[in-house]
Amino acid sequence: MSTTTATETHAEHVEHHDLGFIRTYIFSTDHKMIARQFLFSALMFLVLGGLLAVMIRWQLGFPGRPLPAFIQWIFPDTMAPSGIILPEFYNSLVTMHATFMIFFALMPLMAGVFGNLLIPLQIGAEDMAFPRINMVSFWIMPVAGVIMLASFFVEGGAAGAGWTSYAPLSTSGEWTGVYMGQILWLVSLIVLGFSSILGSLNYVSTVINMRAPGMTWFRIPLATWSLFITAWLLLLAIPILTGGLILLLADQTLGTAFFRPEGSGEPLLWQHIFWFFGHPEVYILILPAMGFVSEVISCRSRKPIFGYHSMVLALVSIAFLSWVVWGHHMFQSGMNPLLGMTFVLTTVVIAVPSAIKIFNWMGTLWRGNIHFDAPLLHAVAFVSLFIIGGLSGMFMAAAPVDIYIHDTYFIVAHLHYVLVGGSLFGIFAGIIYWYPKMFGRMMHEGLGKVHFFLSFLFYNLAFFPMHNLGVQGMMRRIYDPNQYEFLQGLQPLNTFISISIFCFASTQIIFAFNFLWSLRKGKVAGNNPWKSNTLLWTTPSPPPHGNFPEMPQVYRGPYEYSHPDREEDYWPQDEPPATADAGGQTAPAPTLEPVPGD
Amino acid sequence: MSDAVIATMDRRPMPGMKVYNKKLGMWIFLLSEVMFFTSLIGSYVILRFAHPDHWTDPGTVLNVPLTAVNTFFLICSSVTMVKAFAAIQQGDQKGLQRWLLATILIGAAFVGIQVVEYMALSGEGFVPMLDSYHAVGRGNPHEGPSLGGPLYGATFYAMTGFHGAHVSIGVLCLIFVYVRSLQGAYTADNLEGVEVIGLYWHFVDLVWILLFTIVYLI
Repeated sequence: MSTTTATETHAEHVEHHDLGFIRTYIFSTDHKMIARQFLFSALMFLVLGGLLAVMIRWQLGFPGRPLPAFIQWIFPDTMAPSGIILPEFYNSLVTMHATFMIFFALMPLMAGVFGNLLIPLQIGAEDMAFPRINMVSFWIMPVAGVIMLASFFVEGGAAGAGWTSYAPLSTSGEWTGVYMGQILWLVSLIVLGFSSILGSLNYVSTVINMRAPGMTWFRIPLATWSLFITAWLLLLAIPILTGGLILLLADQTLGTAFFRPEGSGEPLLWQHIFWFFGHPEVYILILPAMGFVSEVISCRSRKPIFGYHSMVLALVSIAFLSWVVWGHHMFQSGMNPLLGMTFVLTTVVIAVPSAIKIFNWMGTLWRGNIHFDAPLLHAVAFVSLFIIGGLSGMFMAAAPVDIYIHDTYFIVAHLHYVLVGGSLFGIFAGIIYWYPKMFGRMMHEGLGKVHFFLSFLFYNLAFFPMHNLGVQGMMRRIYDPNQYEFLQGLQPLNTFISISIFCFASTQIIFAFNFLWSLRKGKVAGNNPWKSNTLLWTTPSPPPHGNFPEMPQVYRGPYEYSHPDREEDYWPQDEPPATADAGGQTAPAPTLEPVPGD
Repeated sequence: MSDAVIATMDRRPMPGMKVYNKKLGMWIFLLSEVMFFTSLIGSYVILRFAHPDHWTDPGTVLNVPLTAVNTFFLICSSVTMVKAFAAIQQGDQKGLQRWLLATILIGAAFVGIQVVEYMALSGEGFVPMLDSYHAVGRGNPHEGPSLGGPLYGATFYAMTGFHGAHVSIGVLCLIFVYVRSLQGAYTADNLEGVEVIGLYWHFVDLVWILLFTIVYLI
């Protein structure tokens, strides 16, 4: 059976040489090429989102001071006359920073890049279940990105109602001064939703139906597990957002009144729709990073992952719980206290699976043979920063505390601890760890370490003091805190944070240099530079079209490191078990038959 | 990726579900469709509970008899779809073409009647817009008090409109399948396309039964 597939895969490989530039590099149906396309475009959006953040911090660190002369010329008088950022433009900056980072950087980096790269390779498939749908799913994203970018150049500027676009602020240009920008924002996200749905449809089908023989559910690597769960969340959450966005667009353009109070519409309905999508979205942005970190920590400490099954169950239970906690974003919006209490309880329960994961990571590291290289450092940073972000989340989960800190910089600190300290460090770990498989070369280890230590330092200097700002009452999204007397004393801290952010942003240049330099000059990686177990590492780097020369047969779980009976400290999933001379301790060879119960 | 490889990928021995990829993919896609309609129906439920004064008794504004006939048509089209699939399971290509054509015509008729209904309703002032909503009761379209409120019109058009769009897309896909069937693309062993579009069509039908109940009858 596998021989037929092998010949055909080979035939396909040969055929691909004739596809030409456009089919190979632009409209490619190969999941690895699509992963690379997602990677480059999402990194560009990440840079853009970062630059918007730098502008936000310029205003907060030095309110009213003109931007440096060398970038003043970029901005017309409607944004920053003589370099001074206008309040309306500041609203757009805050909105678009979040929008680009969440929808165009983090989601594509996690689901788009690693979903495409890892899922077929880790489960032993030739490609996705629907390669052409996969291509469409990528190409929708730049289209949506262009629409979103265009909103900066229309009259009134880009959307300024926050990434949550709360009604009634978002329902009419009368409130924000943004007319076309808000409409483009809505259209762009509706379009982008199709990318997410098509992509996740593909991931779910691929994981269910395309696994190699022997790849049972509980032999699937945790990165693929987390992407599988994330795909389910995307699949079910994005349509909710799309529905809400369409109704909001109707309010904007057709004159309906779903969310407009002047026509008996319900602004709170928008909040319910948005956060019913929005809370699963929060986990969409963190679960994949948890998967990457699990892979890296287990491999780099040369130990089986502690509690594999509990890791999977924790992922599943976080995903389930994410559907019943959305109200904790709305404690301040007016809610029956009994209902509020319910949301407090469901939210606090999420701490349990999260803590299980954290203890499992620590249990994996415990007395491991830890290799302190760049992926591991980023992964450990993920764990520690996620603990801080998770604990500050507990404050917000408690309604009485949340009412005090709601919409302050405490929230900003929390979400950046989870999304930058968590997701972004997880993505860095993933990029460095799987870079050799994507490009055939290693990233430079020394530069990687320098980038890590500087990032970790400036990151914490920038975001930890924000907790303090929030507790002292500084509002989120405020243009100039100095307009309030009680916030004027916080200006030195704000300036300090801004300088730290500038340093953090500059540090990313090291990463960008390392990334680009290693494409050409990095050390050639070979098949398995990290001595890891998953099927991914049995393929050449980068893998050819069709991935596996012949269909792999899986014999064991993905984390069999430092097995006492083996000389080598790793045991690839597809290596046939030794015969009886290994003391009879090895598992019996599985057959081609699917395992019962799958 | 060539079609040959995609075809072999569908037939791998693997520990997956005993369903071919396209069918599995359609089921998963329909789950996301369920969530989309959930957002529309959920909004409707919340708005209606919050503003019961925007709604009136069933049948006073909307033309229930006409839509009941239309609903019957759509249910019939599900039957013809089943007949089309049954025909090709027997290898009956002529039967497949005949029943597909019937499904397409009935589906198109459904959309057509919906357009007629929309034009009549908007002519009577039943529109989604806040400012121009002025619906009057059935029977005396030129006089009588205004009925309901703009949320009635807005939710009506949102729900039935997106359903109509789904039916229209379904008709287009069915035309595609029909053209392929005329070329003899489907046989008793190769009927995935027919089955997958059938799943979508039955889903759209099912959603309509739900929408007809809550929009027109309650």
